[in-house]
Amino acid sequence: MVELSALFHGFAVVLTPFNLLLMMIGIVLGVIIGVLPGLGGANGVAILLPLTFTMPPTSAIIMLSCIYWGALFGGAITSILFNIPGEPWSVATTFDGYPMAQQGRAGEALTAAFTSSFVGAFVAVVMITFLAPLVAQFALQFGPPEFFAVYLLTFCSFIGMGKGSPWKTLAAMMLGFALAAVGMDTVTGQLRLIFGFTELMRGFDFLIAVIGLFGIGEILLSMEEGLKFTGKSAKINPKVVFETWAKLPKYWMTLLRSCAIGCWMGITPGGATPASFMSYGVAKRMSPDGAKFGTGQLEGVVAPETGAHAAGTSALLPMLALGIPGSPTAAVLLGGLLIWGLQPGPLLFTEQKDFVWGLIASMYLGNIAGLLIVLTCVPLFAAILRIPFSIIAPIIIVICAIGAYTVHNAMLDIWLMLLFGVVGYVFKKLDYPLAPLVLALVLGDRAEDSFRQSMLISQGNMRVFFSNWLVGGITALALLLLFWPLLGRGFARVRRGRTPVSEPVE
Amino acid sequence: MDDKEAWIGRDRAGVSTRTMEIAVALVLFVIGAIVIFDSYRLGSKWGSDGPQSGYFPFYIGLLICISSAVTAAQAMFGKSGAGKPFVTWGPFKRVLTVLLPAVLYVLSVKFVGLYIASAIYIAIFMVWLGKYPWWKGVVVGLVINVIFFLMFEVWFKVPLFKGEWNPLGFLGY
Repeated sequence: MVELSALFHGFAVVLTPFNLLLMMIGIVLGVIIGVLPGLGGANGVAILLPLTFTMPPTSAIIMLSCIYWGALFGGAITSILFNIPGEPWSVATTFDGYPMAQQGRAGEALTAAFTSSFVGAFVAVVMITFLAPLVAQFALQFGPPEFFAVYLLTFCSFIGMGKGSPWKTLAAMMLGFALAAVGMDTVTGQLRLIFGFTELMRGFDFLIAVIGLFGIGEILLSMEEGLKFTGKSAKINPKVVFETWAKLPKYWMTLLRSCAIGCWMGITPGGATPASFMSYGVAKRMSPDGAKFGTGQLEGVVAPETGAHAAGTSALLPMLALGIPGSPTAAVLLGGLLIWGLQPGPLLFTEQKDFVWGLIASMYLGNIAGLLIVLTCVPLFAAILRIPFSIIAPIIIVICAIGAYTVHNAMLDIWLMLLFGVVGYVFKKLDYPLAPLVLALVLGDRAEDSFRQSMLISQGNMRVFFSNWLVGGITALALLLLFWPLLGRGFARVRRGRTPVSEPVE
Repeated sequence: MDDKEAWIGRDRAGVSTRTMEIAVALVLFVIGAIVIFDSYRLGSKWGSDGPQSGYFPFYIGLLICISSAVTAAQAMFGKSGAGKPFVTWGPFKRVLTVLLPAVLYVLSVKFVGLYIASAIYIAIFMVWLGKYPWWKGVVVGLVINVIFFLMFEVWFKVPLFKGEWNPLGFLGY
């Protein structure tokens, strides 16, 4: 029960008026970011990151992680009321959420979405509380080969678990690695891939990439679709809330299942989006009302929201315990750690107790505060969406430009942001996944370092990745995940009769 | 009016998804080749004291080339996306109405700085695309940038770019 006393210490860290205020600001900003098209968890946090440079790290991470919780909640509002997913992970919520709103049951759908999000997040936080310290302690024995094997696992699971073409995932990921290699090589001091442009010496900052790919790219996509926001009105009163809460325990099995799917998908970097689709798909198959899914079933809102929130939250576990983010937003938070002068990785748990347990405690409080805020302020947030797109779009572009500039105070970064925006638009249209690109850009240098160190240990022999049971096991698991689609097809051929259920791609 | 535009646009479909797939794969292939070339130049082998600078990126470049070649081949010989347009002219025009002003906006930031360029950009965007009366655009642009100015310069003390001509220099920030 060392964890519990550490957790209470964490609560003591968080419960200062300043931190609580930041928490509230974070949640409200997060919901607004989640509601607006073009601003999401990852780029919202990236844009606001420079504002926190002067804060103490613990306060900064509390505010930024609360923005993330808020964004997770906010995505559901637009899905249910406007049939427009504010975030990719709330696409599955539109399937049953919007029909419910059309039938005048918007309040019920929103309450169910928020509450099940809360449950998903809560289960994930409990898991983080008890599992993360163990993982961190275990990881203290890791040397460079083990770390490289874990990186390999992260990237292989993207290729194996991804829904689209594995070759496109590989290409996007390797593009991320190539961009990460640009600039000074930290080991030999040589300049790589800059071809005489001295401005590129710093390399490509992933924050710029995140703002461009997710922010500008999204605006261009929304513009192409010619969005017109025509939403249902949001009426939530205490009566609806309590009535819905009374119905929810009936779906305990769905909740539990979606939590499990979400936690698994969050830790292995599947992310919130596939977790929500998978939860929806499984619930549809398992539920007695499965055939009625898509016509406004409460269960069809509960399942994807629980899964998405559980995944979004548990993506922070590998970030805290190993220094390997499980999602683009976790990657941005990790970038924050480096900027605030903290070294991410297993040592964080022993050297920065205040920080880690403060963050974990703020996850509990932030989700409770988030639930209360969204339940009480839905009409207010929905009103933001009624502001016409021709006002919102230029403001978001301006915010992205300011965010890109403040990262390094460099004019070139704003141009790069625009370029990444066009790349994001084209990649999204052609189904190239963006998350592996961002993660590779973040982890590129460290993956390369651990690879080189491993090679130095073994004098260039690849067998170092199978030299003992630990590193061998991780590498084997990585290869297993990499070839999972092929194996899965093999299994399906053996067990004929059951047709594989195809799920929509992000 | 938008519907009508989209209707006309369907006749004048621009690039097909297949062409775009192949073009993007080609660009990626060239990027991969550049990475391989530069890694080779830096030395992608084993130096006297361990792996050289190009050791790791060499394989990255190789994987980019392989994966983009496969994607291009799939697009060329596969059936999917053959007739599907990547984007029709109508929607693409809407994309350009955002993208081109954004390029001009970034260009103007260089001279007049973020605040003034942003105010002008928001105002023009609202009046031109949103068909708002001009005074509404000006008010929204000004109010938003005054808020940004207070937030960044005064409260958070994060100075933003004020441009080469520095038209806001008289404020003393």
